[in-house]
Amino acid sequence: MLEKALTGSRRYWTWVFFLLAMVGVGFVNYLYQFKNGLGITGMSRDVSWGLYIGQFTFLVGVAASAVMLVIPYYLHDFKKFGKIVILGEFLAVAAVTMCISFIFVDLGQPMRVLNVILHPTPNSILFWDMIVLNGYLFLNIVIGWMTLSSDRKGIKPPAWIKPLIYLSIPWAFSIHTVTAFLYAGLPGRHFWLSAIMAARFLASAFAGGPALLILLALIVRKLTKFDPGKEPIQAVGKIVTYAMIANVFFLGLEFFTAFYSQIPGHMHPFVYLYAGLEGHGKLVPLMWASSILAVVSLVLLIFPSLRRQEGILAAACVALFVSLWIDKGFGLVVGGFIPNPFEGIMEYWPTTRETLIALGVWALGFLVLTLLYKITVTVREETAGIEIEH
Amino acid sequence: MKLYGGGKIITGLIIFFFLVTFPFFLNIGKVNAKPEPKIDTPEIQKLAEKKCIEPKAFMRAEHMKLLNDWRDFAVRNGQRLYVNSEEKQFTISLQNTCMHCHSNKKKFCDECHNYMAVKPYCWSCHIAPKEKES
Amino acid sequence: MSMNRRQFLKIAGASTLLGLGGASALNALRGGELEASHVLTDEKALNAKRWAMVIDVSKFRTEEDYKRLTKACHSIHNVPDFGNPKDEIKWIWTDTYEHTFPSQPNEYIEEGIKNKPFVLLCNHCANPPCVRVCPTKATFKRKDGIVMMDQHRCIGCRFCMAACPFGARSFNYKDPRLALKKEEENREYPTRTIGVVEKCTFCFERLAKGLVPACVEASREAAKAAGGEPGMYFGDLDDPASEVRKILSTRYTIRRKPELGTDPSVFYVIGGEKNA
Repeated sequence: MLEKALTGSRRYWTWVFFLLAMVGVGFVNYLYQFKNGLGITGMSRDVSWGLYIGQFTFLVGVAASAVMLVIPYYLHDFKKFGKIVILGEFLAVAAVTMCISFIFVDLGQPMRVLNVILHPTPNSILFWDMIVLNGYLFLNIVIGWMTLSSDRKGIKPPAWIKPLIYLSIPWAFSIHTVTAFLYAGLPGRHFWLSAIMAARFLASAFAGGPALLILLALIVRKLTKFDPGKEPIQAVGKIVTYAMIANVFFLGLEFFTAFYSQIPGHMHPFVYLYAGLEGHGKLVPLMWASSILAVVSLVLLIFPSLRRQEGILAAACVALFVSLWIDKGFGLVVGGFIPNPFEGIMEYWPTTRETLIALGVWALGFLVLTLLYKITVTVREETAGIEIEH
Repeated sequence: MKLYGGGKIITGLIIFFFLVTFPFFLNIGKVNAKPEPKIDTPEIQKLAEKKCIEPKAFMRAEHMKLLNDWRDFAVRNGQRLYVNSEEKQFTISLQNTCMHCHSNKKKFCDECHNYMAVKPYCWSCHIAPKEKES
Repeated sequence: MSMNRRQFLKIAGASTLLGLGGASALNALRGGELEASHVLTDEKALNAKRWAMVIDVSKFRTEEDYKRLTKACHSIHNVPDFGNPKDEIKWIWTDTYEHTFPSQPNEYIEEGIKNKPFVLLCNHCANPPCVRVCPTKATFKRKDGIVMMDQHRCIGCRFCMAACPFGARSFNYKDPRLALKKEEENREYPTRTIGVVEKCTFCFERLAKGLVPACVEASREAAKAAGGEPGMYFGDLDDPASEVRKILSTRYTIRRKPELGTDPSVFYVIGGEKNA
């Protein structure tokens, strides 16, 4: 099937080469970082994780969201997802690829990365994160590839794929739970030390990931002859709505605990992020933009009459995605480090090189996504009208 | 018999050939002198018995493993005394024991490492001895 | 040197063992000819079940007294000074009462304490979160309680920095040698490389030779010169007769953020009276 990614329109190749160029720019900047160290980023002794780890965290959520299509289709027999479940699985593959790349570019000594396997340390959450992320990548590649190639041949996929599909459901939850545990188990970082962290992560994942999926499905319909269908998109829209409501609710819970208890350590990061602390407020405009976009997206999503118009649904999904991207891909990580353990404030802002490297990783992910979707779309176009049950 | 797309295939093969043999071309004409590590440092000259911590043959073949062991003994186990097969004691330290005698890193370490094209990262942390004119 | 099959197998087997075991693998590696080689701990080495430190800030008089500690530590351990807070690397430093004990704020506290610089360093916690989170055991706890760093193994993920509630850890954002003067290097101690995390090790290399940590020695010298008592004490927390235990049983001491359950091994004497 791979050969289907090698033939395409001029538009397809322009896009592929554009992504390749972005990857190239990111890679050149990465080489510079590799030589000169992470000092070229905006990170410091106080804010020791930044854009890279933020993007990693956010994308784990995008990856986990595939399960929101797998559950209805395989557990609830919701047949309408039959054709788009694969879009979710391949989105997961692209997202995990980005996650692993972001971890890699964040390492100070990347050449020693195999030490994690040479000296396995089960008490480290990072060790488990490595296992669940790689496992999830493997599961989605195998499941996506096998079901698609069966569709193409017009046969049922092999029986052994079913247990893997069922396994991928708890596995999806595990990747985001374990990622939340990276943060939620650290003493002295009040902002992250919250039992609701994993739940909040999952809620935002199941809102942000499917929102991206809706946008991708709409793009696929516009650019190709493959139509994912109106009804499945509306069904995903419903999932996005409920998940976003849960996410905003969970965030509200965090605010309540911090501000009703009035414990300074719990309040400070929130104050820093949303109002500025002791004159430092670099992230305030961003966090407010995130909040406003969240409200806008909710208004557009909650009313079914609005949501049913695909143009409005698309706008809501863009607003929601950007909102969550700011909240989780940036604010969450940086906010945890401010103020520092001495109640001092050292702010963070990514440098140009750091941003270009991050964009390069995103381009890499979109390249993987483009190739996989190209294959999918070609197969779907060839087998239009044939319905294979998985 | 006709070779379809022959031009492309042959061009591809030629590019492939040059890529694969690139390292050889790169090194053509370069002097490939046999490495001769020197042990004539003033510190070694002063020794009554010119002996390393273990026999020469062992050190030549296994020094990297010994250093790996030493690293773990000193840093991880806090054991800093090495007793060799002749019951002689040495402090476990690359900088203060090995390089104390072998104070000619360029002529002792680099000579072979360069020849073998290995780049141990010891010296990005451990401070190499000051090279003396000899 | 040629190697026969038997020798090869021995070495191959030993390399596998090395990953799992410790000293016993050494003998296997040596094969028949080097069987007798082994490793020991120096007889002069200072030993303890749990090393601990007591810091009495009332014994420090001048700015110079504090600078002396940092200088002693940072110069022998080749700690670079980049001169900016972003890339800063520090093993031992000072900060105000408010910043040292943020969970004990007290607006009206005695002026003497309020403005006194407190000495800060790694707490060598009994229950260290940094060790818990490290994915490679690059940071680990030694039998004597020291929270140690193995710079060879660190992959630079900085999870330990996020986990440490005391801000004790620094990351080499840049090549530390850029900020070290060649002629001021301590040639008996390594520098670090780019991309690894570092911190105070309670001078494990000095303890192995029978010497107390450099900061403790510096404070003793300062006290001797000024004719007073030193501001830093070092000893075995597990030994009721040790100097640190004697102070702990007679003076009021506090630790940083004890509510987090990390069980720090660095204690601070609060209040200025003489030792009982």
